[in-house]
Amino acid sequence: MTLRRAGFAGAVAGEWIKIWTVRSTLWSMFATVVVTVGLSSLLALAYTLSYDRLGFRARLAFDPVAYGLAGLNFGVITLGVLGVLVVSTEFSSGLMRTSLSAVPRRSRLLAAKAVVLAVVALAVGLISSFAAFFASQAVFSMRRLGVGIGDPEVLRAVTGGGLYLTLIALISLGAGAIVRHTAGAITSVLGVLFVAPIFGVFLPEDWGRTVQKFLPPAAGSAILTTRETPVTLPPWQGFGVFAGYTALVLVVAFVLFRRRDV
Amino acid sequence: MISAAGLTKVYGGRTALDHADFTVRPGVVTGFLGPNGAGKSTAMRLILDLDRATSGSVTVNGRRYRDLPVPLREVGALLEAKAWHGGRSAYDHLRFLARTNGIPKRRVREVLDIVGLHDVAGKRAKGYSLGMGQRLGIAAALLGDPAILMFDEPVNGLDPEGILWIRRLMQSLAAEGRTVFVSSHLMSEMAVTAGHLIVIGRGRILADTPVADFIPASHVRVRSPDLPALVRAVAAERWQARPADNALLVYGVTPADVGDLAHRNGIRVHELAAVHPSLEEAFMRLTADSVEYHGGGG
Repeated sequence: MTLRRAGFAGAVAGEWIKIWTVRSTLWSMFATVVVTVGLSSLLALAYTLSYDRLGFRARLAFDPVAYGLAGLNFGVITLGVLGVLVVSTEFSSGLMRTSLSAVPRRSRLLAAKAVVLAVVALAVGLISSFAAFFASQAVFSMRRLGVGIGDPEVLRAVTGGGLYLTLIALISLGAGAIVRHTAGAITSVLGVLFVAPIFGVFLPEDWGRTVQKFLPPAAGSAILTTRETPVTLPPWQGFGVFAGYTALVLVVAFVLFRRRDV
Repeated sequence: MISAAGLTKVYGGRTALDHADFTVRPGVVTGFLGPNGAGKSTAMRLILDLDRATSGSVTVNGRRYRDLPVPLREVGALLEAKAWHGGRSAYDHLRFLARTNGIPKRRVREVLDIVGLHDVAGKRAKGYSLGMGQRLGIAAALLGDPAILMFDEPVNGLDPEGILWIRRLMQSLAAEGRTVFVSSHLMSEMAVTAGHLIVIGRGRILADTPVADFIPASHVRVRSPDLPALVRAVAAERWQARPADNALLVYGVTPADVGDLAHRNGIRVHELAAVHPSLEEAFMRLTADSVEYHGGGG
């Protein structure tokens, strides 16, 4: 029996097999693409049909790219769940002990998981984002509201959609490694992403507006916009803030994963 | 070879393993015997670096587990009945494990044949029976053809056929010169499987000995209405004996010896029996103070 050294490449190859051999991960990938594209198209249709009744101000605020990518918010949930499951199911099933007996270097195992998840999430995210863009613009173009992929800022926003979903998957992986229970981890991810902004609403106006911009969902989704708005940071700045949150969660996850008993 | 030195693990104030020193050697099945909660599983998790030792150290072939370059090639472990994802097939489970350690794919088929799972290898593992799950765990342990194998309570929940199969497997692995370390709280199982015993109670190593030395010598119990005369006769023969409950226990002789002696001296005998102390009795005596949960089931 010939044997190679079991290094990082082996750990990544093992994780690659793992992610493709359970149905839950395949389902969340499939759901991400289908529902993201479907919701984006439906929202675009709703907007297009009610365009005549909109006031001047609403028409001025219209960002065909951001509106066309609105369905990505559902991708946040499905890829978030995928990110959590990649780690949490190993704890709930006892598989983590087997995985760590094969790859005892804790950081190596978690890094391999992060790399594989990032590749898969980026691919699924880009496919979803581009498909949602083209589908929604096809709908918008019925009223000549659409834009092309070659228009200024558009390619950045659509590619950014894929990058944003990749970070969502990674921050969820971190949450899964910290919380170690599927339900708890999903609740904390969705809580931070969807519930935290509610509190921003209740803060004094100028205060609230600033806080809101820096909260995870607004900061992360700023990359999807092609027009300046008072409620979001500039695209890359917002993306940078969200990448910072992701990095922070992952650092905590790695430290705890190295230290804790399994 | 597995070597632990001063190995200690404290879980929030409760000492699960207390300065354990032991060595597990190749070529023999080493039984790791102790009541539930004695620290057996803790020790095994520490060996695999799954839990971090509070103090002390444990090495596998002279290295910490995490420093082994190809861990599955050196150590195979069956830790608990279920250590796989129910949604993945046995074949895929073994294929990913093989891949992490650079083990060729054909070895996956080999171990599936060894444990007899080839017919269900493509089915999702959540449908497996307890015994099939145990076989999958053993297939994973054998995957890297390791020289050291650890089994934590391997016969738990198995039917007699499965128990016999695991027993034979462990013995043949040891006969091949491998180190086989198997934990159990079942004395009877250890008595027929193990050649060497490490006995643990309340986190402390109580004995580290060949099985043959652990079980006390058999003796003869003799009951007689003429007990004082019998005691004198036995003493005259210089046999070792001690009284117990209206009877006399005589060591180092056979019932025939005692019967003949009584006959020669005209002593009436009402009961004459050979007593073979079991591993259970030896174990109970040793761990009498160290059973964590009296009256607990399982």
